Amino acid sequence: MSSTRNRPMSPHLMVYRLPPIAFLSVSHRGTGVVLAIGLMFVACWLGSLATGAQAYATTQWLLGTIIGKLGMFGFTFCLFYHLCHGIRHLLWDIGCGYELPQVRLANLASVAISGALTVAVWIAALA
Amino acid sequence: MSMRTPLGRARGLGSAKSGVGHFWLQRVTAIGLIPLTLWFAFSCVHLSGLDYAAAKIWMAKPVNATLMILAVVISLWHGVIGVQVVIEDYVHSPAAKWTGLIGIRLLGAFLAMYVIVAVSKVAFGG
Repeated sequence: MSSTRNRPMSPHLMVYRLPPIAFLSVSHRGTGVVLAIGLMFVACWLGSLATGAQAYATTQWLLGTIIGKLGMFGFTFCLFYHLCHGIRHLLWDIGCGYELPQVRLANLASVAISGALTVAVWIAALA
Repeated sequence: MSMRTPLGRARGLGSAKSGVGHFWLQRVTAIGLIPLTLWFAFSCVHLSGLDYAAAKIWMAKPVNATLMILAVVISLWHGVIGVQVVIEDYVHSPAAKWTGLIGIRLLGAFLAMYVIVAVSKVAFGG
């Protein structure tokens, strides 16, 4: 179409180092996909509780292996990060948090709070 | 060929009507998931210290069974429409895109029903 042929191309995403807010924003998507995959494991775990003692023991053993524990730790952080950054998205939706100092504060807060909640949950679970 | 610009042709035709449905559903499920996620994390910590029999007794309590089904099913719902956007944005081959879009819906529906049946079976003393 002649009306679109000579328009400037938008700069390619990969050329630039992402500013922190862009990195955190795409992390929101990334953690969301991880959580969607993790939900399959949550469903399996609930299914094993309904299936019987042996099935539950098997899932508990799988979750207790080093890979299981690392997976659950990653899932916990993704869950809290997606929760914290999701609240930020809801605030953006109602028009709050667009000033630069607020953006910088929320960048820091979403990572710090999700990290703190992850550590708190694991201290509580292992204590 | 029309001399009108794309904007000129679209102007006055109105919106696509159903355009904001997906947006709203993503937000409404997100708001519901704020308390449910905190409850879920707290409950997982509690369950990690329980054996099989105690975990079943805990899950059989009506409030726990209700909240567990809500937490997982609303998460699946939120997750399916979220992954839908990721597929629409990054998967451009029509075959892969539609396989993905239909696949996540079928998988989401299966997992939701599976969790409802599993938690209900424990709750009703199966």
